[in-house]
Amino acid sequence: MKILAVCGNGLGSSMMLAINIKKVIGTLGITADVSNTDLASSKTETADYYIGSPEIMEQLSDGKRKTISIKNLLSLPEIEEALTKYINA
Amino acid sequence: MKDILGTPAILVGLFALFGLLLQRKSVADVVSGTLKTVMGFLILSAGATVITGSLDIFGKMFEKAFNIQGVIPNNEAIVAVAQQTFGAETAMIMLFGMVANILFARFTPFKYIFLTGHHTMFMACLLAAVLSTGGLDGVVLVVVGSILLGLWMVLSPAILQPYVKQVTGSDDIALGHFGSIGYFVAGFVAKYTGNKEKSTEDIKVPKSLGFLRDSSVSVSLTMAIMFFVVAIFTGQDFVEKELSGGTNFIIFSLIQAITFAAGVYIVLAGVRMIIGEIVPAFKGIADKVVPNAKPALDCPAIFPFAPNAVIIGFLSSFVAGILSIFLLPLFGLAVIVPGLVPHFFCGAAAGVIGNAMGGRRGAIIGAFVQGLLISFLPAILLPMLGGLGFQNTTFGDADFGVIGILLSAIMKLF
Repeated sequence: MKILAVCGNGLGSSMMLAINIKKVIGTLGITADVSNTDLASSKTETADYYIGSPEIMEQLSDGKRKTISIKNLLSLPEIEEALTKYINA
Repeated sequence: MKDILGTPAILVGLFALFGLLLQRKSVADVVSGTLKTVMGFLILSAGATVITGSLDIFGKMFEKAFNIQGVIPNNEAIVAVAQQTFGAETAMIMLFGMVANILFARFTPFKYIFLTGHHTMFMACLLAAVLSTGGLDGVVLVVVGSILLGLWMVLSPAILQPYVKQVTGSDDIALGHFGSIGYFVAGFVAKYTGNKEKSTEDIKVPKSLGFLRDSSVSVSLTMAIMFFVVAIFTGQDFVEKELSGGTNFIIFSLIQAITFAAGVYIVLAGVRMIIGEIVPAFKGIADKVVPNAKPALDCPAIFPFAPNAVIIGFLSSFVAGILSIFLLPLFGLAVIVPGLVPHFFCGAAAGVIGNAMGGRRGAIIGAFVQGLLISFLPAILLPMLGGLGFQNTTFGDADFGVIGILLSAIMKLF
C-alpha cells in the first residue's frame, strides 16, 4: 500500500506528516510505503491514499483519488483516528 | 581534501552519511540516502542555470523600461545562484547551525528544534554572503555563522509562541519560518488595532484562490504577469532586436516567465532531496538530546486553523507589495517586484496570526504591514549582499532582511 503525504512545496509540512504517519501505522498494524512530495508532483504520482491539510486535499480530490485530511499534522491522535477511519475500516 | 570540503555537493553528502550512520540505518538506506543528498545538490545547481538565464533577461528588460533595477525576491533563486561562490560555506554553516540549535535547546529555556530545513539552508546562505562581504572567511566565518544561525533557530519560534498558542489553542506546535519578524509585527499591530471578537473565519471567502498553494502555478502566474507588463513598457523593438533573436516579444516573454518557474521547480526538487535525508536525521538526534523540545514547523502548519485568514492575509500583503512598487523609488531603492509566493505564504501566516490577535481587522492590517516589510527590507538589504546583490533576485522573507541589515551594520563598526 502506498501513502503519499502532500503539501504545497513538498518540503516541511509533508515531510513531518510522513514521519508522523510512519510512527502511527506501526501501532495500527498497517504496512505501507510512506513518502512525501509537493502538490504539482503529487498529481502525477499514483498512491493508494493521499494525505495532507484540508486545503491541499481539496486540490487533489477529483472523485477518483482517496484523500485524507489532517488539520494538525503534529497530532498523532488525529492521524491515528483518520487512518483508522479510512484505511482500517 | 580541499576538493572534498570545497565541493558543497560532497559536503552535504558527508553530513547525510554521518547522520544516517548515527541513526544506525541499514546499508541500503545509508547508500541511497547519501547518494540522493549529493544528487539533490547537483539538481539544485542545474536549476540555478535555468533561473539565471531568465532572470538576466528580466533584469535587462526592466532596466530599459523603467531605468531602475527591478528585483524578484525568490529564495530558491538567490540561494541557487549563490552556491557558485558560497556553496561550501552555506553547507558548513547549515550543519553546524543545526548542531548549535540542539545545544541552545539543551542548555537554554528556549526548547525549540527548527525543522524547516530549506529555511535553515537559506539563512545559512544569507549569513555566508553577508559575513563574507563584511570581511570574514574560513573557520571564523563558519563559527560565527553557525552560532548566529543556531541562536536564531531557537529565538525565532520563541518570540512567536505566545501568538501561535492563540492560533492553535495548544503549546505543541511552534512556528519555524524565517518570516517570523514580519509575523511578530503583524501580531503586535493586530493586538492593538484589531477586534478579536470578529474572526475571519465567520465570513464567507471564496475557496477558488486555493489553487495558489501549488507553487508551480503561483510562480508561473506571477512571472507571466510581470514579464508581460514589463515587456509592454520595454517595447517590442528592444526585445526582438536585443534579446529574443527575432521571436515575437510576447511569446518570448511568456517562455522566459515559465522558464523561471521551471527553474524554481527544479531547485525545489533538489532542495527536497537534500533535506529529505538531513532533516529526519536532525530530528532523530535532537529527539535524543532534547526530548522535551517543541518542533518548529513550516508556516503552512498553522494554515488549517484559519483558512479564511490565509486568503485575506495574502490579499492584504499583496496589495501592500503593489503599493510598494510606487513607494520604493521615492526612497531611492530598487523596485521589489511583489512575488506571489512570498506574499502568499508570509501574508497568509501574518493573516492567521493577525486574526488570532485582532480578528479580521487585525488580519488585514497585520498582513498589510507585513507586506510593506517584505517589500522594503529586501530593497534595503540588496547593497549589503556584495556581488550577490546584482543578480536581479534576492531573499524574500522578513528575517533574512532584518538579520542581513543588522549584521552588515554591526560589521561596519569593526
